[in-house]
Amino acid sequence: MSEQIVNNNTDRTPCMSGTGVTKIFGAGANKTVAVDHVDFAFYPGELISIVGESGSGKTTLIKMLLGLTSVTDGDIFFMGNKRDIRTRKQKKEYWKGIQAIFQDPFSAYNIFNKIDTVLLDCINMRGGRKLPKEEKLRMITEACEFVNLKYAELTNKYPFELSGGQMQRLMIARIFLLRPKILLADEPTSMIDACSRATILDMLMKLREEEGMTIVFITHDLGLAYYVSDKLLIMEKGKIVEQGAADQVILNPQHRYTKQLLADVPKLTETWHLDDEAGPATFIRANPNA
Amino acid sequence: MGNVILDVRGLTTKYITRFNEGVYAVDNVSFTLEEGKSLGIAGESGCGKSTLALSLMGYYFPPLHYMSGDIIINGRNISQMAPDDVRLKVLGTEIAYIPQAAMNALNPTQRIIRFVEDVIQAHDPKASKKDIYDLARQRFEILNLSPDVLQKHAVELSGGMKQRTVIAISTILSPKVLIADEPSSALDVSSQKMVIRMLRDLMEMGYIKCMIFITHELPLLYNVTDDIAVMYAGQFVERGTAKEMVFDPLHPYSKGLMESIIVPEAGTREIKLAAIPGTPPNLKSPPEGCRFAARCKYAQPMCQSSSIRFLELDNARNYRCILPEVELREAYGRE
Repeated sequence: MSEQIVNNNTDRTPCMSGTGVTKIFGAGANKTVAVDHVDFAFYPGELISIVGESGSGKTTLIKMLLGLTSVTDGDIFFMGNKRDIRTRKQKKEYWKGIQAIFQDPFSAYNIFNKIDTVLLDCINMRGGRKLPKEEKLRMITEACEFVNLKYAELTNKYPFELSGGQMQRLMIARIFLLRPKILLADEPTSMIDACSRATILDMLMKLREEEGMTIVFITHDLGLAYYVSDKLLIMEKGKIVEQGAADQVILNPQHRYTKQLLADVPKLTETWHLDDEAGPATFIRANPNA
Repeated sequence: MGNVILDVRGLTTKYITRFNEGVYAVDNVSFTLEEGKSLGIAGESGCGKSTLALSLMGYYFPPLHYMSGDIIINGRNISQMAPDDVRLKVLGTEIAYIPQAAMNALNPTQRIIRFVEDVIQAHDPKASKKDIYDLARQRFEILNLSPDVLQKHAVELSGGMKQRTVIAISTILSPKVLIADEPSSALDVSSQKMVIRMLRDLMEMGYIKCMIFITHELPLLYNVTDDIAVMYAGQFVERGTAKEMVFDPLHPYSKGLMESIIVPEAGTREIKLAAIPGTPPNLKSPPEGCRFAARCKYAQPMCQSSSIRFLELDNARNYRCILPEVELREAYGRE
């Protein structure tokens, strides 16, 4: 897709990077290393996917990037500077540059706030508190149009009156209004079906193209990760075991774990080996293309 | 033709809302399933896949109501049976169901062996704990599950392990038909593979005779089941073998669905993902003609008015469309 971005990024400063980022839960016998000395760099305009099994530390990493949990060890750099979010004020400033979409849209909204409030808050957060009412309304309508929702149908409604796909789209409308530098998308499509999935992906792509946003996409679906991203990071047990351009990682995997993940995904043109040692299973039909 | 285990004829069930409106979630569904075969059911959210699974068990709770049709398992019609009879004579021994959230199905305060005792004693109150334990141990060993699991609590098991335990418990009485409703959609790829391997073992060893597998993940269905049926707005719109359905779909809706498949293979990135425009019809008052007509690229004026039959082609393939096979292929070829 945009391999140039991946290749040309040596002379650019990453908008977010980390060295030796570690998160440890518990201590002593209960010590769990959730993220283990991870180094990464996200360059402007890239779409990066983090892929791994459940429990590999993807979500913990994202929470650290967002500043929702503390970092045990290591440094995170944001826009070239070392991140400092110790006070509430600093955190608020930080969240203007980094935002997230979560897996479960049903629990992402404050149930007491109407949709208008949700969207108005975004304008206020970006310093638009003093704008005239008409201007605010225009911005909200524009954001709704961006995600194919009609503002007239949303006004005076609560988020829980919408379907899952619509809520997720409203989440993207928020992002459109906030225009953060980095968007962290934590499995944004896993709770909605295949048809709405394409729409959500299209909108994320549009955000990246039009706003130049850096998107970090978290998923356990390798097919999806390959389809959308420029760069892939494969995580296993808190460590990044392989990273590189999407084509390189998927078509020519180097690490044992990446190979195993790829073998575990059901595909259309290859036989799916259920028993790795016993060869193709009889329950599974033979390769139609062979 | 093998031995037909499950024969469903014109099954119609509906939900009755508290405003007394009927929602026809499963509308006139007919299919047969032979011994040793598996059928995959695909479709978008809200098209009636899970309602079909619940309806097939013949175990109706409000707001789900039985309307008409027959469900014949191994020569016995279960559709007219009283709920208590169904519970005693059908569930577990004839038909078993694995829910989507199977990991939440285990009571955290009980050891796994208690659930096995529960299932067996519901059908045979005289069974001794020793016999049950031996049976469970043997079955768990065959299915590559450690018998130690029996003495554990649910919280000690991982998600994939819980799912496999639930499958082992629900098939302990060797039901004829197993209905798996998205058994792996909450799991990651490696656990998913273990679950599928277990279902395969159950089929191969003859503990279950046939399987209905419901999911919206098409690459998985393609690899697991013999046949795929696509459901739309409560009706089957197409049924065929897995290979035909994925590489050569006939109905415009199945075609749209197959175009949304993403797999990590060379060439995936060149495909342009296209969402089918529009939303499914409201099932409270479904359109008279073809239910897909409003979203269909190939719709004609006739589609809106006349009801569309489920056509059968000579190679046991069915589809529900007004256009003949030749014209559909011609239309697809033009693109």
